[in-house]
Amino acid sequence: MKELRIATSLDEALALVADGYQPVAGGTDLVVAARGGKSELPDHVVAIDRLTELSEIDSSDGGLQIGATVSHARLMRDESVIDGFTALADAAALVGSPATRNVGTIGGNVMNASPAMDTGSPLMVLDSEIVLRSVGGERRVPVSDFWTGPGQTVSQPDELCIAVAMPDLPSESGSAYVRLEYRRAMEIAVVGAGAVVSLNPEGDGRVVGVSLALTAVAPTIIAVGGIADALIGRAIDESALADVAALAGDQASPISDLRASDDYRRHTVGVMARRAVEAASRRAAGASIPVPVNRSVGIGAVT
Amino acid sequence: MSHEFELVVNGVTYPVDVDPSRSLLNVIREEVGLTGTKEGCDDCECGACMVLLDGQPVNSCSYLAAQTEGRSVTTIEGIMNGDELAEIQKDMLDEGGVQCGFCTPGMIISATALFARNPDPTKDEIQIGLSGNLCRCTGYGRILEAMKHTAADRG
Repeated sequence: MKELRIATSLDEALALVADGYQPVAGGTDLVVAARGGKSELPDHVVAIDRLTELSEIDSSDGGLQIGATVSHARLMRDESVIDGFTALADAAALVGSPATRNVGTIGGNVMNASPAMDTGSPLMVLDSEIVLRSVGGERRVPVSDFWTGPGQTVSQPDELCIAVAMPDLPSESGSAYVRLEYRRAMEIAVVGAGAVVSLNPEGDGRVVGVSLALTAVAPTIIAVGGIADALIGRAIDESALADVAALAGDQASPISDLRASDDYRRHTVGVMARRAVEAASRRAAGASIPVPVNRSVGIGAVT
Repeated sequence: MSHEFELVVNGVTYPVDVDPSRSLLNVIREEVGLTGTKEGCDDCECGACMVLLDGQPVNSCSYLAAQTEGRSVTTIEGIMNGDELAEIQKDMLDEGGVQCGFCTPGMIISATALFARNPDPTKDEIQIGLSGNLCRCTGYGRILEAMKHTAADRG
């Protein structure tokens, strides 16, 4: 690296990004990759972690807009996230260690575009938009169109991710994220699944809305197609959960690597999918399952 | 190729002029000269390099020193109360939580951050608080006992 600039305003940061500076916040991807020898630090870097414009969690206009530099530690403790967008808190609580969560950010996750990112499936099922700003203006991209491959997004070089935004869920809804992990900290998802379930407000336990997304089984986070057709009108029982697992396994296209084989991932992503749907539906029905689901015995944790 | 700024470590201001690629760990050890903060993996995995940045734990091996300009860094050398060991340090000695000692500064930094946020943590909360720190000697049992001792004294 030749130069590090510490931006003091969003306009300054955007001008530097337009000039080719790469943004850094906590450095848990950019700097760690350089330490590990995966890639060199860019020549010109702009630190954006002090920009108050990017550090807000705002629910004033309905829904939630989360500034790009909001850390995982804040996401896992924020009442508005835990209450209304619980899957995101489940995911944030599993990232790295306390030190990683303290400096790692949601914007960094989104732009790093790892197919194993824990916050990815929650953002997908919560119907999020990625807010991109450049000197020329702002645009919002649905997260389902945003990631195009490992480390690849539709953002342009002069654009900075400034926030993620998501609408409120309907009443009687719940969300959850569950992952398979070999250890409880400093871990990357072997596979994972996020779900939103909305139940009939009349209290008959039948599903009126559902979405499901999968982690680390494809080149990007993927939404599971056909899940609404499969579940709407049904109660979340053993037969429904078996269908969820089958659908997830069918749509997964995992690779084999040192952490798991493709067959193992295809099987276990079904298990994670059914746990995520079960936890989301129990939360939708008013059950209190603490964040993260992965530490909740009987669903995420092994007894 | 250089970045000139004032680095504040344990309340002392050090003017430094360093390559902006250098890690906080490297600058603390090589420029400031405080070697209590350890380099283990140098890859953000082991936690031996843990310091506090504005009171929150950070892996200093993978944090750019230049990004700390205007902020306050606390290392293991800044944990003591004057000439007295901090409570957590005493408990680590009393419970035998130190063997080779290489992970100890990072463990104590993480514990300091944990106790600042949560004076009376449960065993689970202590384990999560220390989950970014690896120890290859103790099997963690005696470290946990030390932390539980500190928690009991504070609770």
